[in-house]
Amino acid sequence: MTDRNRIIIVGAGHNGLVCAAYLAKAGREVLVLEAADRVGGAAITREFAPGFRVSACAHICYQLDAGISRELKLDAHGLKTAHANLRTVALTTEGDHLVLNGGRLEAGLLPDKDRAALGEYHARMLRFARVLGKQHNRRPPRIGGGGRRDLIDAAMLGFEIRRLGRSSMREFLRIAGINIYDVLEESFETPLLKGALALDAVLGTNLGPRSNNSVLTMLHRLSGQATGVTGGLSLPEGGMGAVSNAIAAAARAGGATIRTGSPVARITLEGDRVSGVELESGEMLTAGTVISNADPARTLLQLLGERNLETGFVHRIRHFRSKGMAAKLHVALDGLPIFSRLAAQRAGDRLVIAPDVAYIERAFDRAKYGQCSPDPALEFTIPSIHDRTMAPPGRHVLSAIVQYAPFDPRASTDTARAELLERTLALLGRHAPGLRRQVVATELLLPADIEREFRITGGHWHHGELSLDQFMMLRPVPGAAQYAMPVNGLYLCGAGCHPGGGVMGSAGRNAARTVLGREPAA
Amino acid sequence: MRHKEHFRTAVYQTPFHPRTSALNTLNAWHRWKDYTTADAFFDTALEYAAIRNACAVFDLTPMTKHRITGPDALAFLNRLITRDVAKIKAGRVGYCVWCDDNGQVIDDGTIFHLREGDYRLCSQERQLNWLARSAHGFNVSIVEDTHDVAALALQGPTSCAVLKGIGCSGVESLKPFGIAYFSFAGTELMVSRTGFTGDLGYELWIEPTRALDLWDALFEKGANHGIRPMGTHALEVARIEAGFIQAQVDFLPADQAIRVDRSRSPFELDLGRLVDFNKPNFNGRRALLEEQRRGSRFRLVRLDIEGNKPARSAYIYDARRNVVGTVTSAEWSPSAKANIALASMHMPWGLPGDELWAEIYYQRELKWSRVMARCRVVEGAFFDPPRRRATPAADF
Repeated sequence: MTDRNRIIIVGAGHNGLVCAAYLAKAGREVLVLEAADRVGGAAITREFAPGFRVSACAHICYQLDAGISRELKLDAHGLKTAHANLRTVALTTEGDHLVLNGGRLEAGLLPDKDRAALGEYHARMLRFARVLGKQHNRRPPRIGGGGRRDLIDAAMLGFEIRRLGRSSMREFLRIAGINIYDVLEESFETPLLKGALALDAVLGTNLGPRSNNSVLTMLHRLSGQATGVTGGLSLPEGGMGAVSNAIAAAARAGGATIRTGSPVARITLEGDRVSGVELESGEMLTAGTVISNADPARTLLQLLGERNLETGFVHRIRHFRSKGMAAKLHVALDGLPIFSRLAAQRAGDRLVIAPDVAYIERAFDRAKYGQCSPDPALEFTIPSIHDRTMAPPGRHVLSAIVQYAPFDPRASTDTARAELLERTLALLGRHAPGLRRQVVATELLLPADIEREFRITGGHWHHGELSLDQFMMLRPVPGAAQYAMPVNGLYLCGAGCHPGGGVMGSAGRNAARTVLGREPAA
Repeated sequence: MRHKEHFRTAVYQTPFHPRTSALNTLNAWHRWKDYTTADAFFDTALEYAAIRNACAVFDLTPMTKHRITGPDALAFLNRLITRDVAKIKAGRVGYCVWCDDNGQVIDDGTIFHLREGDYRLCSQERQLNWLARSAHGFNVSIVEDTHDVAALALQGPTSCAVLKGIGCSGVESLKPFGIAYFSFAGTELMVSRTGFTGDLGYELWIEPTRALDLWDALFEKGANHGIRPMGTHALEVARIEAGFIQAQVDFLPADQAIRVDRSRSPFELDLGRLVDFNKPNFNGRRALLEEQRRGSRFRLVRLDIEGNKPARSAYIYDARRNVVGTVTSAEWSPSAKANIALASMHMPWGLPGDELWAEIYYQRELKWSRVMARCRVVEGAFFDPPRRRATPAADF
């Protein structure tokens, strides 16, 4: 075969691009095929109303791996930061907001006990998150029947947990699988503080604060910051698409070819090995190795097909839990909204509406049974305050994560979308009384819309729930957690693999390393 | 099973029960896949003698049967099963095994290619869950029709003559593993030259409402050919003589194994000939390729053991008295006049010529004795008469 040496990457999400950049750097011939007309996958910036641009899925950068930024020279490829360290503002309708900077209270009133506990809590969680963070750039060990390398990796993980010290190790093992509600109850009294901290644990997940695993998701979220790589929550200039564009530039500079507007219809096989892909246009492209940045179900069940896999594996992939519960709201505003008693410069921070933990749990309850939350919990930013490229002069965009919205609502998707939009705007209006009159245009993406636009099965940010049963050596499913799929020459490099979602890039880099090790250039 | 009230019946009777119960003078029964099944009718030794010297009828109805049809039936079976099902042409039957992703045998059975693209899969264990799970991505219909097909095995040298007597003219030209259809009592009688005895024999398949007509015709026309009913005990002796393995006895179905070394691969059951790596994908392929590279853990062997005490469940020792295997099935073989056994050996033991010993415990008047008996590894079946394959089948 003529193109035995070519590597095709299906999907130019940030992980696919990172993978391409590393493979190209190593001298491999890489072709990236992207279905959409721009690179980035779920890390893109696009216009949603004339003149108004927004980070259409992921909207805050908090996990991008520092090593990847450095090695791929993303700065040199044009990545700039519009704001490097967003504070978190827990909003109330009354105006007694709390402003948090990590473990420090910067404004608002908290009892001394909670104020002290906050610092201690944050430090403790960062310490635990660091254990996870250290695993991000490692291939997870294979359990059972693994080789020496796997045993060493498993031992390293054990060592890192043990190194926390006896009492911290016990605490880590105690809380890693339980729920954030119980953990917050142990430390804090103030409902508003607990609400804001609980929201961190459930953002983007199919979990309520009382669902087990919600501590793990919180630690995963923190793990990017824990390694001290990005200095907290940041907004890239030009939105999240700028991150993808910089990685794409690095990949191209290394010699990778990126084709947009080229949706892949299927992955082709020759005998028991991949032979390339067929595009929806009918064009056949050959390759010795195919790496998919698409989610596991799309890659394996749709592009490859069940009949090319074994029964047990298909069963596990079919049951990879991947239904999203988060909606994304974009609002075009003809002026800066004024939040009750919030200093103007604070409106540019990360604002959250989650007045207490029970509020989030109630929002989750309805969604569990197929309804959108009547009173949703929100995380939102107004990136146009820091970044004038996002909206026309004097105007602004608001980007919000709205929880919860079921993937398959009992009402029609259109009805559910209209209802959730109205409720969310009403909720925002209660916190910023003039906001509704400033609205120029809106766009609300339910998980089903996210599935359609970003081609993520189930519309889940992380390609699949981040929970202990789908974590590390079990992600996406046992037996396929080391990027290589059970078809020769096929690999996964997206959020469905370890270490999961969030604009991090580690899955892409780990996959590239695996491919370099297993698929020697001829 | 499409009967809504099925749960009210704990143990079914087969459509042949009115006849089998009348003939079961020992009143000896057990439960086989939720059907009442005869252990023996009048005397196991005489029932066995009928298999080898005349013919015997076994009620096969409880065997789990599936009907597999649809445009992707062949593709589905080829992914499910380790051998190349495309080679089983319409009108033919093939013995097969199927594995899980780890290349461990879930069950063995037979595929009947009834008519073009229309298959029956018979299995030892219930398989509907695994078959349904394997069907994703295939346009295939899978129906378990165990209850909707009455089946008998007619085994032994005079079986062909009896079938000709009931109107199956030309059945003598049916080759081993062939299928033929005859009209009988106003319906279709399917005859396959298959069986579990390693002898000349047939299996008969008919709709349940005509089951008794079939039984009566066989016993009427078979009277002069020494026809007898047989129970599972007699069949078991013939099965071991033929060297056939049985789930739950010679191997544990992989989906029931908890401990990792309890299941077996096809290679470990001496069924490597049923694995076709030319197929690009089938369940277990990757693991079996890996097993070929690394070597198997076990080997299934047929043993001829000194003496006449059946070596049931015996440990097998090497010359230095290390345990190197276990007997899974053992019987005294009246036809081979040998003390025979199937055994699962640890690799690398079990090659012809190895010095092996069976530790046999036996009881005499309640007193246990133990004997160490020399074993010889035998290749092929213990009893394999030419009439088993001769076509046209002879009258005896």
